[in-house]
Amino acid sequence: MTPTPPASSSPLPTLDRDRPFWRLAEDIPLALTWKLMAISTFTPLLLWWLLSASNWISDKFLPSPIDVVQALITLWDRGLLLQDTQASIVRVTLGFLLAAIVATPIGILMGAFASIRALLEPAIGILRYMPAPAFVPLLIIYLGIDEAPKIALIFIGTVFFNTLMIMDAGKFVPKALIETAYTLGGSRWQILSQVIWPYIIPNVLDIFRVNMAASWNLVVVAELIAASEGLGKRIELARKFLNTDEIFACLIVLGLIGFVIDLSFRILIRKTCAWSLE
Amino acid sequence: MSLVISQLCKCYSTHNGSIEALHNINLHVDPGEFICVVGASGSGKSTLLRLIAGLETPTSGKLHLNGREIVGPGADRGMVFQSYTLYPWMTLQKNVEFGLKLQGISPKDRRDRASYYLEIVGLTQFSRAYPKELSGGMKQRVAIARALATQPAVLLMDEPFGALDVQTREMMQEFLLDVWRRTNCTILTITHDVREAVFLAQRVYVLSSHPGTIDHEFQIDLPRDRTVLIERDAQFQTYVAAIQDRLRGLSKLTETWPLLHESTTQVNLRH
Ligand SMILES: Nc1ncnc2c1ncn2[C@@H]1O[C@H](COP(=O)(O)OP(=O)(O)OP(=O)(O)O)[C@@H](O)[C@H]1O
Ligand SMILES: [Mg+2]
Repeated sequence: MTPTPPASSSPLPTLDRDRPFWRLAEDIPLALTWKLMAISTFTPLLLWWLLSASNWISDKFLPSPIDVVQALITLWDRGLLLQDTQASIVRVTLGFLLAAIVATPIGILMGAFASIRALLEPAIGILRYMPAPAFVPLLIIYLGIDEAPKIALIFIGTVFFNTLMIMDAGKFVPKALIETAYTLGGSRWQILSQVIWPYIIPNVLDIFRVNMAASWNLVVVAELIAASEGLGKRIELARKFLNTDEIFACLIVLGLIGFVIDLSFRILIRKTCAWSLE
Repeated sequence: MSLVISQLCKCYSTHNGSIEALHNINLHVDPGEFICVVGASGSGKSTLLRLIAGLETPTSGKLHLNGREIVGPGADRGMVFQSYTLYPWMTLQKNVEFGLKLQGISPKDRRDRASYYLEIVGLTQFSRAYPKELSGGMKQRVAIARALATQPAVLLMDEPFGALDVQTREMMQEFLLDVWRRTNCTILTITHDVREAVFLAQRVYVLSSHPGTIDHEFQIDLPRDRTVLIERDAQFQTYVAAIQDRLRGLSKLTETWPLLHESTTQVNLRH
């Protein structure tokens, strides 16, 4: 007897041509992408508007979108929005830049040399589990209440993560690429600077993109405590006067700035490291 | 006298004791020669090549290149690995220039020399392409050009065509012979493919397994100008058969040692 194929007459599974939404690990049509992205942006806005229009919740707790836009315009007209945003951006930039400058060489050395890794990893491993905001009192005692403690807080909160993540990236440089450079006559320093570093640049940029979010968290924390200006400070002031519309306005600005930074890093990676993308 | 290896031994210490990968290796490669080492998987071929490249240190024995002892890696020994090792962020031109750049050669000189070797491997029109745009065979051709560009005393190749399909392999073998004849370089290639060894080499060393020792040396008296057609030559087939017998005899021998066989799990002699 010859084996018979299964009796079922159901068609073979197709490649989900008609159901693009559930395509496993594949791209979906561009039009669908835009549609879904629009839904994800406008649904929360619509819900918010409906909720605030329904009068279930008092305007003091949940301002309507229109109130928030008005608050935003007022803040802008009074020059506060620009001033606060600038102040926060400067703090984040300085703190993060400092962290990046310190973390990059240390991370690369830790990735490349097991000895340096053994030397530094335990200490950094413990330090990074100390929540950065817990350092605030110390920073105020040491550095006062000016810009320095705020920048230091952002530095402390991002430098260890940056270092360890760059170290990981450095560990995964293919050994064959390093050995090839040796057989071409490369010295240790040349291999560090001309093989390991270029290989991990795209990873490093992506690490910065991810950790940038943490520095935005921290700048608000820093400003809640002591500051004369900044988006976090504005939120704190608005709380005192129960101006929830201003709080919402500042939250939206914070979200947008974060989004723009994230997008900029993505574009930067695509422009400068095309070789590393699929 | 170019590359001379005498009484070379290499042991690796692993968690279940020390294993001897190479035992008492003696071989030499003269200037302008094309030498192949054949051996079964796990016979220590890569280890041998890495020792010559200076990427490993011998347990005992000596390696000399042009009278100087080999103590570490250097540009006088070019290396082509079995895996693709082009730098993905560099164009082909920059990849081939890289060794020259590391040696501080002026941009103009290295451009000229890289162009010359890209020409030799027939990839001039791809000089601005990136490695990911190339097929496997093309990548290995670039790797060969890159290794040759620094004009090493000996070019070492570890199963350079192992990952290629049969047709591409044959093309690459002819190509390699052509490059060798045109550049007068010295080549030491490692392979487990006996036909490849006989086709390419002037001399073939047969490496036995566990531990790897030179079992036999074959002088291949075939013309320098070989094409694939030479595989039909009776002389060619005699060499292949003789080397294969040698390898078979060696694997029979090791299979009668079941204990050894079990302890070295990575060994696969039935290929
Ligand atoms: N770094 C290492 N540590 C421990 N043992 C090793 C190491 N490298 C190689 N060996 C052992 O040495 C022996 C020879 O290995 P080698 O890679 O040189 O073989 P090979 O002939 O190149 O094999 P293949 O044809 O599979 O590439 C093997 O038994 C292997 O397990
Ligand atoms: Mg090998």
